[in-house]
Amino acid sequence: MLSGEFHTSYASDMGIFETRRARRLLAVFIAALFAIPFAAGSYWLDVANRAAIAVIAATGLNILTGFTGQISMGNAAFLAVGAYTTAFLANHGVPFLIACPLSGVSAALAGMIFGIPSLRLKGLYLAMATLAAHFIVEFASTHWDAVTGGVAGISIPSPRVFGFEFADDRRLFFLIVPICVALLYFAKNLFRTRVGKAFIAIRDQDISAEVMGVEVFRYKLLSFAVSSFYIGLAGSLLAYQARIISPENFPLAVAIDFLGMIIIGGLGSVLGSILGAVFLTLLPEFLRLMTSALSDSFPHLVQLLTPLKVGVFGLTIVLFLIFEPDGLADFWRRIRNWFRLYPFSY
Amino acid sequence: MEFLLQLVLNGLVVGSVYSLVALGFVIIYKSSGILNFAQGEFLLLGAYVFLAIVQQAHVPMVPALLLTFGFSALLGLALEKVVLRPLIGEPIISVIMVTLGLSSVLRAIVQGIWGTDTRPAPPVFSLDPIQIGPLPVARGYLYSAASVAVLLVALTLFFKYARPGIAMRATAASQQVSLSMGISVRRIFALSWSIAAMVSAAGGILLATMRGGVDGSLAILGLKVLPVVIVGGLDSIGGAILGGLLVGVLENLAGGYLDPVFGGGVKEVAPFVALVLILMVRPYGLFGKVRIERV
Repeated sequence: MLSGEFHTSYASDMGIFETRRARRLLAVFIAALFAIPFAAGSYWLDVANRAAIAVIAATGLNILTGFTGQISMGNAAFLAVGAYTTAFLANHGVPFLIACPLSGVSAALAGMIFGIPSLRLKGLYLAMATLAAHFIVEFASTHWDAVTGGVAGISIPSPRVFGFEFADDRRLFFLIVPICVALLYFAKNLFRTRVGKAFIAIRDQDISAEVMGVEVFRYKLLSFAVSSFYIGLAGSLLAYQARIISPENFPLAVAIDFLGMIIIGGLGSVLGSILGAVFLTLLPEFLRLMTSALSDSFPHLVQLLTPLKVGVFGLTIVLFLIFEPDGLADFWRRIRNWFRLYPFSY
Repeated sequence: MEFLLQLVLNGLVVGSVYSLVALGFVIIYKSSGILNFAQGEFLLLGAYVFLAIVQQAHVPMVPALLLTFGFSALLGLALEKVVLRPLIGEPIISVIMVTLGLSSVLRAIVQGIWGTDTRPAPPVFSLDPIQIGPLPVARGYLYSAASVAVLLVALTLFFKYARPGIAMRATAASQQVSLSMGISVRRIFALSWSIAAMVSAAGGILLATMRGGVDGSLAILGLKVLPVVIVGGLDSIGGAILGGLLVGVLENLAGGYLDPVFGGGVKEVAPFVALVLILMVRPYGLFGKVRIERV
């Protein structure tokens, strides 16, 4: 019976998994994850795919905002850059294995360009500069018809890997989820390296970080690049999954959703990005089920579904910030610790 | 030449509305350091409540205006106390997100009660244009320009001579010193939120009358005004007024001359392009206070 965690070497203290049991549980969880496509219908597979894409994007945003402390409201724009790059490349016959990473790279470049103001800007002013990035990209995506198809949108062929066509949501699941898991593994490891620790140092005190030899501007730009790369990949997968994209897929509300995910999940936590993204993707589905279940006794409820979704989203964020500011990740940590040390929690 | 003049004049009058909305941002930021992303929803709610009081309760204009202001003041007070106060000392991202969350909640409430259809607004003043020299100007814009002028004078005097105004400036300068001088910082925050909510309600009513109706799109103005606040500097009342006029003119000039080239939409994006450029040169806006950081 465990009475606590006792690390005896630096390597075990720095390890991704705190205990061997955690490693085994994760393996079971991932195995269970791949059972979803055999159990779920096409609607819930679509939800699952969207959740996985949201996890990628939220992780990317968390790298920038949660770990490096740079507030970005332009993430819907980077998502759009990734998605439109994929649309352009895929329609010119570029295969998935090249188009998808290239979308990430193009989003990373866009992220670095809009990250330049972070050299001099902080906090609210940086939030405003990235918000401006959002509106500028939105303008480009509605007016650059040759690449983006304008307001009408643009369609994307199904991805093919070595001749295998990922034509429906069930097959796409086996494409999106492994990419998602790999990216999460990379993110988790990133913060055990020099680069990740430099990000955290910048978040905690940028001037002190500079004094200690962290090149603040270089690492800020790098953080923008890595974060936008993730979001760009999410955009690429989104394009393949949605099949047709238009500027309506990337409103400011999407950027706010992503910010909400990392707030609800927990800033500066990879696990938090997962929990927050899944939570906020499932929340509207849950509300939809609730309203349709109650529609017999309260027929007006169906008309109220849209404001209800918006309101519950806002209320969730407000309540989390007031009562659980460290998010679901911290909540989960407390539950886990309670069980791990049960019954000797002293 | 006449085209240019017309664009500039339109810009100035539209800009005066922006200034009015921007004032709400600045008042809150100046005392508490919070940028309120729910400002657009304050506008919306003010306009809808005014409409409901006039049309459903059949209250005459002036008492209805006063009732709306009272409602907004209470709303500001309540939100500050319930939502914002627990977040004192939290990182900026949390404060941004809580006001964003708040804006969703308020928008949902408005949609839930009044739906999404445009509602005709009661004519508070006549909408016939007035000739200024050779150019016609909508009357509503003149009223808004006039109320901006009145508010500007009133607020400047308030911050300079009234005790609460001086206390608000003191709080902005240093909360600890203000507390030790016997200023209730909590009361100052509450006061600034209720003043900002009232200013926004005034803006909402003016806009509703000018457009002849109210719908959810009114709240977008809350975002459109952000470049104004940033260009002017978040903590400068004069900057907000001047920023509003500047952005109004810029937007109209860009729209007038560049829209034919790009096929529309330049008007909306131009302020944000200007915002990025200005922030690169002057990171605290044109009139904002430069903050010196010490570790």
